[in-house]
Amino acid sequence: MMIVLIMPVILLMLFGFAISTEINEIPIAVVVDEYTPEVRRDLTALENNPYITLTGIIEERDVDQVLRSGKVSAVVMMRDGKRNVVLDAANSSMSVSAGSYITSILRSGTTMPLSVTTYMRHNPQLKSAYNFVPGVMGLIFILICAMMTCVSVVREKETGTMEVLLVSPIKPIYIVLAKMVPYFILSLINLATILLLSHFVLDMPISGNLPTLLTLCVLYILLSLMLGLFVSTMALSQVVALLICAMVMMIPIIMLSGMMFPVENLPPVLKQISYIVPARWFIEAVRKVMVEGLSMSGILKEFSILCLMTIALFAGSIKKFNDRLE
Amino acid sequence: MKSVLPILMRKEITQFRRNKVLPRLVMMMPIMLVLIMPLVTQMDIKNISVVVLGEDRSLLSTRIESHLANSDYFRMPESAYDYNHAVELMDQGRVDLIVSIPAHFERDMRNGHGKPISLTANAVNATKGGQGIQYATQTIISAVTEIAAESGLSAEGGLSVEGGLITVQNRYNPTGNYRHFMLPALMIIVLLLVCTFLPLLNIMTEKEHGTIEQINVTPVSRWEFILAKLIPYWILALVMIGFAMLLAWAVYGLVPAGNPLNIFIGAFLFSLCMSGFSVTIANISNTMQQAIFVLFFFVIQFMLLSGLFTPISSMPTLAQWLTYAFPPRYVINIFRSVYLKGTLFTELWFDYTMLFILAAVFYTLATFTYKKQN
Amino acid sequence: MEKTPIISVNGLSKQFGSFTAVDHISFEVYRGEIFGFLGANGAGKTTAMRMLCGLSFSTAGTGTVVGYDVRTQSELIKRHIGYMSQRFSLYEDLTVAENMALYGGIYGMSQNDIRARVDELLGRLNFADHKDDLVGSLPLGWKQKLAFMIATIHRPELVFLDEPTGGVDPITRRQFWDLIRATAKEGTTIFVTTHYMDEAEYCDRITMMVDGTIRALDTPANLRRHFADRLQRTYEDMTMEQVFYHLAREAKRGE
Repeated sequence: MMIVLIMPVILLMLFGFAISTEINEIPIAVVVDEYTPEVRRDLTALENNPYITLTGIIEERDVDQVLRSGKVSAVVMMRDGKRNVVLDAANSSMSVSAGSYITSILRSGTTMPLSVTTYMRHNPQLKSAYNFVPGVMGLIFILICAMMTCVSVVREKETGTMEVLLVSPIKPIYIVLAKMVPYFILSLINLATILLLSHFVLDMPISGNLPTLLTLCVLYILLSLMLGLFVSTMALSQVVALLICAMVMMIPIIMLSGMMFPVENLPPVLKQISYIVPARWFIEAVRKVMVEGLSMSGILKEFSILCLMTIALFAGSIKKFNDRLE
Repeated sequence: MKSVLPILMRKEITQFRRNKVLPRLVMMMPIMLVLIMPLVTQMDIKNISVVVLGEDRSLLSTRIESHLANSDYFRMPESAYDYNHAVELMDQGRVDLIVSIPAHFERDMRNGHGKPISLTANAVNATKGGQGIQYATQTIISAVTEIAAESGLSAEGGLSVEGGLITVQNRYNPTGNYRHFMLPALMIIVLLLVCTFLPLLNIMTEKEHGTIEQINVTPVSRWEFILAKLIPYWILALVMIGFAMLLAWAVYGLVPAGNPLNIFIGAFLFSLCMSGFSVTIANISNTMQQAIFVLFFFVIQFMLLSGLFTPISSMPTLAQWLTYAFPPRYVINIFRSVYLKGTLFTELWFDYTMLFILAAVFYTLATFTYKKQN
Repeated sequence: MEKTPIISVNGLSKQFGSFTAVDHISFEVYRGEIFGFLGANGAGKTTAMRMLCGLSFSTAGTGTVVGYDVRTQSELIKRHIGYMSQRFSLYEDLTVAENMALYGGIYGMSQNDIRARVDELLGRLNFADHKDDLVGSLPLGWKQKLAFMIATIHRPELVFLDEPTGGVDPITRRQFWDLIRATAKEGTTIFVTTHYMDEAEYCDRITMMVDGTIRALDTPANLRRHFADRLQRTYEDMTMEQVFYHLAREAKRGE
């Protein structure tokens, strides 16, 4: 049970501090032909740079081995006044950044009157927290509400206690709704935790309407509960319930919701599929509210889509439930 | 007493075959991940909507603008009449990046008093914003370099950019194909999920149905019981990797640059580690729900912190130390190095050794946490 | 019947925190007898049995089963006993024959041995046609008999049965006890727990457990006579149930 409360915290911490694409250290080696003044200048620049670790000067014939074995991420070859930066593009998704960084250091010794100033709107410090906190929220709520509710309901089916409840005078739908209450409360606690953490520890603004944000989140929580309920009507054993939840919910959410990977790049087919992933709309809406400071009017489209989905799932679940009773 | 292992294993295999869901799932997973994931995991941003402002109608500015327009990364569906209008468009989500070229830009550049070009990016999506800036900067630089070369100006001319003398070469992935980079990682995700969840579900089902008690009352030893449960999954892991590798070749033309045997060895050791780990969790859990959640918690840590999606070198030092205990970290390195760089077995000795040690540790844990009597 | 003890227990206890499930029980079970462990639900019968089978560690006291110590030699005990749990833990997705072959193999029987034994057991119950049916498809009564067969497949000296007749109709119950008695006649000692008091009549000796302690240990006939005398009733009136009610009235837990 504790896991359920701790998980959002851990995820946020992970995303906030551990997962990044910042450059911390680039180990490199250098091949030198002749020690000209320019070469010395470049060597010093590389050596002194805090993010670059110069492991040594090597011979040209060793370049392949040293890159292949992963000892260095790049080799700078200095010959005839030219510089050739050979990158290990296999071992880092950031070899492009590493390449540009090294290039910029080499270039800084040259005259370059062209300068560029940059402004970042809404996110002056380019904090990636703005990116993933909505994603984490989307994931956690689906996980807890949908998956746990689903497994819990199916568990009752499996052990047979569901039948006992169904025979009682209470309407079946109330039984199921009652099952959801603990997860609803848990989710509210998680919501509070996530918001507090992201605001105070990750410096994420809650610039928009707090009421709007809360309404949006509660709606999404309800949606997740309905989703869990719907899936539970289809699964007969806990194992199957879990597998369905994992395949049909988790993976599409991680992949197609815009949480980690941008939605714009999806090929058309996958883009269509992403429209039915509720998390996609939720994440977009949360970003708009939290980071851009919009209020309800700005997220009407997403909000109504989420409402429709919730109602559809609820109706579907009731129908399936009643079908089974006949 | 002769070993009971073959008998127990036969039972496990029979049960697996009779199961309606699992074999199908096991086949589907590599297919789904290998086919769909690469389509999704594009970290490159494309289709950045850019608007260029500026009254400087010089050759330089128009060249910059045309470079941006022709770039794969950008498109120019909108036009704005001034900065404020452009910002409005940005807030409406129709523009992602604004490039403002100051008046008399080319003239000032030639005089050596160049004023800066300003780039304004919508950074709500920080990755998109940051990369937009980066691409734009590179595009602008290349445009300027081109003009400098055409004008035949030298370093004294004030319009020089020595960027022409610096070249960058991408080795092992010359196409920069992100898919080739991700595929080995995706195979590992398949392995990770199969080798952790399946053994766990298996044991928890036996616990909940009570069949495990029947086994506990027989003379079957702990290590035999656990081994019988795990071995089928190790074999399954190897089969799945082989299958995934075939798929990768068939669909993407990706073939290991190095010795495929090294990949199988890595996969095998990895499956040893992860299955031992998940059995340990199963042993200390009472219900299926509990076990699933604890495992899930750890699997997420492993997935995010082992260099699958983001590099370990970008993590804070403390976290980096932590990853030394994570099996996925080593196997990801092994897979990527062998697949893309053709790294030799001996060059990866550290990773293989660590995997071996971790496998022994987790298997020992698994056996010791299994209590026949309590 | 020989009078050599196959189970010998002295002051055996099991404590869960502050709750004492089994409170210093002492008794002996002799080879070849059908020994009944009666008591209400929650009296501690299953817990006591689990300690004797090596499924649970005792917290006090000593015991030996088939000559081995229950605390330190439980793995050796397991080679010589059979066990049938309350939930008849069979593999539902394996066939009857596969379940039997599995356990036969676990106890070290040869392939030929197993085959012969399976034919013998299934034949005895007219079950041979269902050899290749999945256990999950069998009705409850058959599952129960199958569980018993598996418990005795390796011809153990001693077999533990935990509430083996739970949830089945009276005819099936009677059939099951016929099975038990036939097995006992072959020399197997039977240790059986139950809360059906009428089944006590089938046993050679019984004990009554109430609140974790043993309140009676004797043959069913002796107990009935004793209490009939004490309560000034006739022997016929004094059924085992009556005996139990009398003993259980002093219980703190129970029905």
